[in-house]
Amino acid sequence: MGSLAAHRLLTAAVVLLGVSSITFFLIHLVPGDPIEVMLGEAASIADRQQLRTDLGLDVPLAQQWLQFHKDLLTLDFGESLYSKKPIAATLLERIPWTLILALASMSVAILIAVPLGVLAALHPNTIWDSAAATVSLLGVSIPNFLLGPLLIIVFSVGLGWFPVSGTERITSIVLPALTLGASLAAILSRMVRASLLEVLSEEYIVSARARGLGAVPIVLYHAIPNAALPILTILGLQLGALLGGAVITEMIFAWPGVGQLTIEAIQRRDYPLVQACVIVISFAYVVVNTITDLIYACVDPRIEGG
Amino acid sequence: MRIGTIISFSVVVAWLVIALISPFVINGVNAVDLEQLFSGPSKNGFFGYDDLGRDIGLRVLQGSTVSCAVATFVVSVSVLIGTMFGMFIGWHGGLIDLIGVRVMDIFLAFPGILLAIALAAVLGPGIENVLIALSIVSWVGFARLSRAQTLTVKHRDHVIVAQALGTPALAICYRHVLPLILAPIIVEATFAIAAVIIAEAGLSYLGLGVQPPTPSWGAMIKEGTRYILIAPHMALGPGLALFSIVIAINALGDRMRDSLQIRRSALQN
Repeated sequence: MGSLAAHRLLTAAVVLLGVSSITFFLIHLVPGDPIEVMLGEAASIADRQQLRTDLGLDVPLAQQWLQFHKDLLTLDFGESLYSKKPIAATLLERIPWTLILALASMSVAILIAVPLGVLAALHPNTIWDSAAATVSLLGVSIPNFLLGPLLIIVFSVGLGWFPVSGTERITSIVLPALTLGASLAAILSRMVRASLLEVLSEEYIVSARARGLGAVPIVLYHAIPNAALPILTILGLQLGALLGGAVITEMIFAWPGVGQLTIEAIQRRDYPLVQACVIVISFAYVVVNTITDLIYACVDPRIEGG
Repeated sequence: MRIGTIISFSVVVAWLVIALISPFVINGVNAVDLEQLFSGPSKNGFFGYDDLGRDIGLRVLQGSTVSCAVATFVVSVSVLIGTMFGMFIGWHGGLIDLIGVRVMDIFLAFPGILLAIALAAVLGPGIENVLIALSIVSWVGFARLSRAQTLTVKHRDHVIVAQALGTPALAICYRHVLPLILAPIIVEATFAIAAVIIAEAGLSYLGLGVQPPTPSWGAMIKEGTRYILIAPHMALGPGLALFSIVIAINALGDRMRDSLQIRRSALQN
């Protein structure tokens, strides 16, 4: 167990270093002179030189890389080129919003996926099963930049139940969470079905049934707790798709999270801010996945190191 | 299910044909008819007209070309590079495998479409950069799959016999490993085509993809959402088009994966 944790943490550290290095190199992928792209052609030579020194682009590449990671360790992301505010402070304002959206979407996904998956698993190869499969096919096939506007047309413009965008009211979260949670719900419901089907054929289920337990207590107390672990792992892995999708979903609903910040930064060619956003989102994903793995190993003693 | 498969297949083939021939037969995708500004679906224009008075129906048909071309290119490159990478590290094992797996882990650590967005952003808009950005993101899935498959196949008897006979490693991989791992790769490629079509539209939606006035479904949906309150029909055409091809491809992929699993379990029993 101890060696597994050490191995997992070491792997995570290597991955984080790789992620930050790729993000570091992003600014060097800008065609031509990144300074010129960021400031525009009208900028004075003095301004350009100033920015080049500020961003450390005038020193050798290896030294830039080292400085980038030193700054990263002290959570010093520098200043935004556009707002001139420290990037770390801006991120701190935006992160809670993305966190709320991610948690709400996950809740939506679980609320949809568990009943759907249980229904399909209890009646495999029936009309219920194919109905659940169809719903899940719809869910994975509709991109969030299509589902979002669709929900707005129906529930905001048509029925007037929820705000079109923004965060003024508590109900503002509903449509973004539905938009972002839909594809996760689709994937999750398939996982719930598959892992429940596996568990339902175990002997302890047969024995519970022989003791005269009804379908509901069997599913609630015997099947779901045992099927939960693989489902949790998928949830951890799918968080990546969720965070990536949050970028577009936040744009649709003007949700002031890190995703919207990323796109704003891209539109303003504020590359240091883009880098910071990419790093924050990716690091969050890696950290959550590592924690999921470690918890998994803790609660399930069958998992061995390796 | 059978009927569903036939319908899905027909939808995909129809879109492929449209994508191939529409650049040659459709004219006037950028023709402006100011009298039709924002007018809804009618018998003149099936999906209505947009904010510049252009025929949305024509633009939807023409938009399929970009989607299909990008998906075909990106998935071909990804399958080729990913499979070679995965088979190479899986076959060699040891340190090469360890390093290879870490490299894959790093690429997989960028959530979803984020790396593609960042790459497209720094490379600048344009279709070449969309191709580069999506290929860099997509190859990893095939690498991971083909590595895992190679690991299970390389200890099979026929591979060991081939090794004992002195067959070169490259020939073994090509002749004795690749045919056995090809089926799951093809299934994965099917889902990847749908994913790339969505990703391309997503980049265009964010303004990072194909530039106007070239019609692209993502950009058209973006325009549609801007005018959602006054002309909700604008997003309808491109939305339906995108949804129909993606759901058809995904349904085909599901079908292929199911039959693959049934064949696998039949072999094991």
